[in-house]
Amino acid sequence: MNEPVDIFAQQEANRRRTRWLVVAFILFFAWLGFGGDWILWQLTRGAPPNAYRHAFPWMGFVLTTFAAMLAAYAWRTGPNKVLWSVGAREVATPKTDDETRLVNVVDEMAIAAGVPRPRVWLIDDADPNAFATGLDADHAHVAVTQGLLALCSRDELQAVIAHEVGHIKNLDVRLMTFLAALVGAVALMSDGLGRMLRGGVRFGGVGGGRSRGKRENLGPLVLVVLALWLLSWLVAPMVARLLALGVSRRREFLADAMAAQFTRNPLSLAAALEKIEHADAPTLSIKRGSAHLCIADPLGRKSSLREGKLADIFGTHPPMALRVARLKAMGYQAKKKQEPAA
Amino acid sequence: MGTIILLIVVALVLFWLVSAYNGLVSLKNQVMNAWKQIDVQIKRRHDLIPNLVNTVKGAMNFERETLEAVVAARNQAIKVQQTPGAHVGETAAAEAQLTGALGRLLAVVEAYPDLKATGNVAQLQEELTSTENKIAFARQLYNDTATQYNTKQQQFPTNLLAGMASASPAELWEITNEAERAVPNVDLSFGK
Repeated sequence: MNEPVDIFAQQEANRRRTRWLVVAFILFFAWLGFGGDWILWQLTRGAPPNAYRHAFPWMGFVLTTFAAMLAAYAWRTGPNKVLWSVGAREVATPKTDDETRLVNVVDEMAIAAGVPRPRVWLIDDADPNAFATGLDADHAHVAVTQGLLALCSRDELQAVIAHEVGHIKNLDVRLMTFLAALVGAVALMSDGLGRMLRGGVRFGGVGGGRSRGKRENLGPLVLVVLALWLLSWLVAPMVARLLALGVSRRREFLADAMAAQFTRNPLSLAAALEKIEHADAPTLSIKRGSAHLCIADPLGRKSSLREGKLADIFGTHPPMALRVARLKAMGYQAKKKQEPAA
Repeated sequence: MGTIILLIVVALVLFWLVSAYNGLVSLKNQVMNAWKQIDVQIKRRHDLIPNLVNTVKGAMNFERETLEAVVAARNQAIKVQQTPGAHVGETAAAEAQLTGALGRLLAVVEAYPDLKATGNVAQLQEELTSTENKIAFARQLYNDTATQYNTKQQQFPTNLLAGMASASPAELWEITNEAERAVPNVDLSFGK
């Protein structure tokens, strides 16, 4: 709190990471495509003149174009897809007192952070949770569950919203939303491909006898590439998910610190987090794909309770106890600084 | 060889000059923008008050003084806001007066449960709490940005450029009134 978070460095890092994510995503698909082309080419090189030869790498071109289009689509529709997947509805004109309070609090925190007011969304779910999404501060959204409104006092709600606005301000939302959209796309695709491959194995079994005779003259390099290539198809969804884990944990601490900076009240966020943690039912409407966007793990995984290696690897969120402890330390320091002055 | 090194040094210095100058200008604009935010919120509060006064007027004939203090403080604050070139300090003083008067009014409203139970008053209270918060947060942002700007101007070597970027220290919005410091606590407890 005493040393402000370097927001510009954080924004720049997020821009850079998003760019790398796009590049890596497209390169991965290029490898899947051109790698397959190369293997096929090696396999059909010695084929008789009238048989099929895989001379033109069309798989590579198709898959690379496909990946680029998918990335562009994820980029354009990411925030809407995330909001749609959790069944959020926009609070355009607040109807109840709770909604008025929510919109006011979002307004206040946008002012504190010096960003335009994000659009406000509500999720009909009794479990307290919240997330932010969007591509930049001008096109950002904050969504909270009904449960959060019911559970939190005004100060605590303010702290939670400040945390989300922190994610918006340092552009975490861009990277995280894009990642959510990609995770969703890859998961869908690997499901579809899994079905296709199972069908393909049966199909391939028919002509198995012939191809076995040829494989003997293939060099070991082709086999290694083939193994790697098949492995890539299998691990693609897992890699996407691991990326989602890796990017989100350090950001939570940072957003907590920014919330403390905006509200000048770290203890209210600590109180809110404790309340959210104790309501330990999973947030049913928030699915795996957007879990890393939320303030608290919506899947209610036990790893967020523990510290240690396992939690480090598998949790999308840092242990709640650690976050609360850090906030309380900030609150204690702020108090100690005030006392001699008063 | 020597000339190459010299050229590199000159290029580096030029690069630093440009980025430091732009940094100062950008901070100055941020300060101005933050001040505009305060202005917007102040105006919002001024617009809100007649509504509040009308709602509670009928029910609290006997608290006339408190109401009149609010109206007077509002008029004074509007006058200051509309004066071109008013200092941050003047605005701060007028708004502090208004905040104090509003705080007393809200405390009085709290003492009349019947009045508080009316839906209209509860909504107005939320509006007022929120407006007070917005002003406080806009002020916080302004002060933070202005402090950053002022520090940049005084630090070596950026201070050498301050004149060129026509940078001058921005006046902070100080909270002078002790009574005003206490008010937000009272306000915040209403929303619960």
